[in-house]
Amino acid sequence: MATALEFDKITKRYGRVVAVEDLTFDVPAGQILGFVGSNGAGKTTTMRIALGVLAADAGEVRWNNRAIDLDTRRQIGYMPEERGLYPRMHVADQLVYLARLHGMSTAAAKRSVDIWTERLGVAERRDDDVQKLSLGNQQRVQLAAALVYDPAILVLDEPFSGLDPVAVDVMSGVLREKADQGVPVVFSSHQLDLVQRLCDRVGIVQRGRMVANGTVDELRSSGPEVLVVEAPDARPGWAAGIPGVTVRGQSGIRTHLELAPGVDDQSVLRAALATGPVHEFGRRRPSLTDLFRHIVSSDPAGANGTSVSHPTPPFDDATTAVAASQGV
Amino acid sequence: MTTSTTPTPRVDFGALPPASARQVIGLVAKRELQTRLKSKAFRIATVISVLILVALAIIAKLVSGSSSSVVTVGVTPATTALGQQLVAAAKTVDQTVHTQPVPDDATGRAEVRSGNLDGLLVGDGNSVSVVVKTDVDSDMQSALQVLAGEVALNQQITSLGGNPATVGAAIASAKVAVDPLEPPPAKPQSQQIALGIIAGILIYISLMMSGQLVAQGVVEEKSSRVVELLLATVRPWQLMAGKVLGIGLVGLTQVLIIGLSGVAVGFATGSLSIPASVAASTIVWLLAWFVLGFSAYALAFAAVGALVSRQEDVASTVTPVLMFLVIGYVLGVSILPSSPHSPFMAVLSMIPLFAPTMMPMRIAMTGVPAWQLAIALAGMIVVIPLLVWLSGRIYRNAVVRSGARVRLSDAWRPA
Repeated sequence: MATALEFDKITKRYGRVVAVEDLTFDVPAGQILGFVGSNGAGKTTTMRIALGVLAADAGEVRWNNRAIDLDTRRQIGYMPEERGLYPRMHVADQLVYLARLHGMSTAAAKRSVDIWTERLGVAERRDDDVQKLSLGNQQRVQLAAALVYDPAILVLDEPFSGLDPVAVDVMSGVLREKADQGVPVVFSSHQLDLVQRLCDRVGIVQRGRMVANGTVDELRSSGPEVLVVEAPDARPGWAAGIPGVTVRGQSGIRTHLELAPGVDDQSVLRAALATGPVHEFGRRRPSLTDLFRHIVSSDPAGANGTSVSHPTPPFDDATTAVAASQGV
Repeated sequence: MTTSTTPTPRVDFGALPPASARQVIGLVAKRELQTRLKSKAFRIATVISVLILVALAIIAKLVSGSSSSVVTVGVTPATTALGQQLVAAAKTVDQTVHTQPVPDDATGRAEVRSGNLDGLLVGDGNSVSVVVKTDVDSDMQSALQVLAGEVALNQQITSLGGNPATVGAAIASAKVAVDPLEPPPAKPQSQQIALGIIAGILIYISLMMSGQLVAQGVVEEKSSRVVELLLATVRPWQLMAGKVLGIGLVGLTQVLIIGLSGVAVGFATGSLSIPASVAASTIVWLLAWFVLGFSAYALAFAAVGALVSRQEDVASTVTPVLMFLVIGYVLGVSILPSSPHSPFMAVLSMIPLFAPTMMPMRIAMTGVPAWQLAIALAGMIVVIPLLVWLSGRIYRNAVVRSGARVRLSDAWRPA
């Protein structure tokens, strides 16, 4: 891999708790990787290790085949999970200061701060203390702080949380533009629809391990396909008796079915037609959200089980498990 | 947010030149300096300190002015000669007595009654007899005692056939030959003691305030999480050094302003009449000890500050460090004014922990032998690099651990 941000067998333990174990993935230059996982899966720990805020117990983060050092880190645009800015410092002063610390000249820093505050919509707040800004605007300033020194790598921990839809669009545009300039971008998010739309690649972390990693298409085609049938006159449970078919859920007059390998979907269609008219009959690839729920719910104790028949919530998040067991 | 795509700059990868350690420390220090000097708290504290010093100088002037009171004594024609002798006698006991002639006994008594005269010498001039309103002023009492003794002595000399004037001259020229085996320790003037106490207060308050500013600054970065952003580009020791340097310069500015204005006010009001060289050396040493003391204490304050994540916890975490400052100061102001040459204090003041608070007091009060000063300075020069290393390590390991208070043993190991 020529130019890529590589995470190679990263391991981090807190006492006897393993936060990240043998985590390996890479972000090629010019691509956006969405970093997805439950709360506490190890995303933030991984990012903090890349930034040198934490020291890994084992493994190494490389950029251009070289272990990352302070000089490389200076070129990483970083947005920490816990937002961090001086509350009693002017927005512009603060951004100029950060840009200067990353090696920019004062003139270049000021120019860049003007451009980014303009673009992120906080230009008129340049001379206000950060603490006077609304949370959403503070978030925009935080993003500006990761972008002003024109980083060669972007590592963003939940950059979209707390942004309004317009800001999400602008931010998406910025990330795509950065990637097009050849910057590897990695960001974590719980907004899976957004990740699916925006990212070239997705990495799903579970209990400190990478359980799925690939392009969005690869991941979606790897999951079980769902058959959606809209038969308005059908009684509940009409499909229960068909061999090889599992009912994954019912939403209104639509029934979501999962077919065992080798089962002919035409037999399902015939059974549906037997109940009356069929208005919709189609195969649907799982969304990233489906996939994520599938992975989370099928991993009760960190084992790589694939069964979804008896999902046990990995944490105390019962709603996730219920939703997952019902399909979409 | 504008939806138009403003072209954003993109320089080549690695185009940003690495900032040198000096540049980084300079940037951090500059931010501290600008933020603090802009802050209202700094300005108010400085102005109040100066005002307090001005008030002290004026009060000192008023108090010292009233202590050397002038006594006015009336003399009748019969006691005019005695009046002259009283003035001379009063001088020997450091009293100033003025005489005011009155035409007769009755007029004088009326003047005493009305308070225009402190006393009236009455009688035939051969014995000392004084009329006062209620009581004899204690200062005048001693002058009168000397006068009465003199009058009795003169009468005896005359009756023995001698000349009182010759005897008086002989007594006046008599001297005790003193041959000291060791040079006597310089006795501090009361002004120098006051100067020493003020120097002590000033350095104690400055070290305490600047030190706490460092701890609060470290916690501010930690509680606002900005430290995570900074440490991605700045080494921990550079961040700590810049902060200590910046806040140190702020403190130094403050000490300089307060010290100079204090001495200026002292000289202007006349409450300070020590040689200018003593005042200058006091200020220079004050600044020097502030720099040394701040370097040492600020590093310790930065390290203990890094252990906590909330401003509410700053007070408890800095207490152990603060104790050493307080002990040095309290021992200094309570022991040194009464016994400036205490060997106990001389020893303590050479220990790096206490030198920054005690040495400026000793220097202002009595001066300090060069060898003691050298030991104290050498101690500081050894201790400061040690603290850089020790505090740097604690700071580095503790500053990224947010949440609960970090134990010192945990801070010893990397995060």
